[in-house]
Amino acid sequence: MSGEILARLKTRLGDFSLDVDLQLPARGVTALFGHSGSGKTTLLRCIAGLQNARGELRVDGTVWQDATRFLPVHRRPLAYVFQEASLFPHMSVRRNLEYGFRRLAPDARKISIEQAVDWLGIGALLARAPEKLSGGERQRVAIARALLCSPNVLLMDEPLAALDQKSKNEILFYLEELHDALSIPILYVTHSADEVAQLADYIVVMESGRVVADGALTETLAGLDLPVKMGEEAGVVLEAAVGERDERWQLARCEFAGGSLWARDQGVPLGHRIRVRVLARDVSLAIQPVTGTSIQNILPAVVEQVSDDRHPGLALVRVRVGASPLLARLTKRSVNELHLVEGKSVWAQVKSVAVIEKSGF
Amino acid sequence: MSFDWQPVILSFKLASLTTITLLILATPLAWWLSLNDRWYKQALAAIVALPLVLPPTVLGFYLLLLLGPNGPVGQLTQSLGLGVLPFTFEGLLLASVLYSLPFAVQPLQNAFETIGRRPLEVAATLRASYWDRFITVAVPLARPGFLTATVLTFAHTVGEFGVVLMIGGNIPGETKVLSVAIYDHVETLEYDQAHMLSAGMIGFAFLVLLVLYRVNGRLNRGYHL
Repeated sequence: MSGEILARLKTRLGDFSLDVDLQLPARGVTALFGHSGSGKTTLLRCIAGLQNARGELRVDGTVWQDATRFLPVHRRPLAYVFQEASLFPHMSVRRNLEYGFRRLAPDARKISIEQAVDWLGIGALLARAPEKLSGGERQRVAIARALLCSPNVLLMDEPLAALDQKSKNEILFYLEELHDALSIPILYVTHSADEVAQLADYIVVMESGRVVADGALTETLAGLDLPVKMGEEAGVVLEAAVGERDERWQLARCEFAGGSLWARDQGVPLGHRIRVRVLARDVSLAIQPVTGTSIQNILPAVVEQVSDDRHPGLALVRVRVGASPLLARLTKRSVNELHLVEGKSVWAQVKSVAVIEKSGF
Repeated sequence: MSFDWQPVILSFKLASLTTITLLILATPLAWWLSLNDRWYKQALAAIVALPLVLPPTVLGFYLLLLLGPNGPVGQLTQSLGLGVLPFTFEGLLLASVLYSLPFAVQPLQNAFETIGRRPLEVAATLRASYWDRFITVAVPLARPGFLTATVLTFAHTVGEFGVVLMIGGNIPGETKVLSVAIYDHVETLEYDQAHMLSAGMIGFAFLVLLVLYRVNGRLNRGYHL
């Protein structure tokens, strides 16, 4: 596959050591997810060449680093968005945008300034100085500036971490658009499960400089080893589409592979692509269809696997609803009393569903 | 009584040349000091700062020995057909450069250190090579440091006395700079002449510092992120 990223990197910084062997997809957003100190930013910096590591790194078939070669940062066809926008304070927004763009050979420029300005909605800011911008505006300019390098891979290091919720949502919207418009891989460092649920197609979960899980988002999140590490955030993210809108009760039916879930109608049009996030703590299981309950979503499911949770009294159960996985966090006593074993048919009761709107179609 | 401008002109010529020479030498040195974290960095920084604490006569004394007819540098300059440097304008320039070195290096080093690594890393990810980053990011962001270095070096050179006396002597038009001229006038009880030069110096020093503080204050405010 072209555009693929192969990274076999090792480095040591004091007590911390990074040791990864990864193969990342050529398209879509790969989230590098983990707590602070897990090495996700270090990995990103090593890929950019901002930090030295031993090993091998190939992007899109080109060697960026191996035993004998080390391509310096400015020769790597990448773009990097830092946590703080880091615009050059001595240049206007326009000159910031032009900085990388001008350093490309004209035939290497795949994106025009007008296009980038348009995508990120920063047309009104061009003449301003960076200090006159809000945090969200600065980060949008930084993203546009990065894209104007026509990169083969876009690296983003917690680009939303320093922003307030409003700016976050605004930028998430633009990132969604980019995700659909760009045919390059995006490596996105974050410790926010919300951002993962919204943006990621693939996920690499890191802990103490090692990769503890990686793969396509839905299946990786439903792996039973990982939810233990995600704690309260444990749950699944399902790709879905709006199949029906109940105007009277302000609900929307979200169809996913194998079933559908009712959720609050957030105004997403019919047929629109969305994601639904279902947390393990919001799912309970019954061995008979339950009547007389306030729960709107009761789905037939089959138990696939039962495993221990963080607390000795709790268990995580993975069930399948058609092709899609769900996770349920139950007490071990319930698991025992209901005889929940692999292959058993159950009813999954979903108390709460979060709808994540995707832009585009 | 006609006013003798020669020492004033000579002082400004010396200060200008010293400042230009030092900006050229101190910029890479300060840049290198700001990036490095090796054990010898502190040693080098201490050597650069020596003229701040030493009496100028110490510097002058050793320069005299080094540059004199029997000193190693003196023998070198003689073999190159340059003669000996003490009691010439060139010798004075060399001494001034050494004596004012910390006044150029320290503001620049501080300025480079204040910038930090991040803007340079950003520039690298935006395809700028090492020297490209230095010219387009480090130097413009270190502008307050360059201004401080220029002004301090210039003013400090105009104000030096001990080193001048030791290495330059008192040759009109060659090494008799302002500070030496004032000393001369006082020695010969020409107080009117001494007053004119001294009061002029006070005014000049005040103006220079005022401009420095004002401009630096403005630049610093401008760079808040």
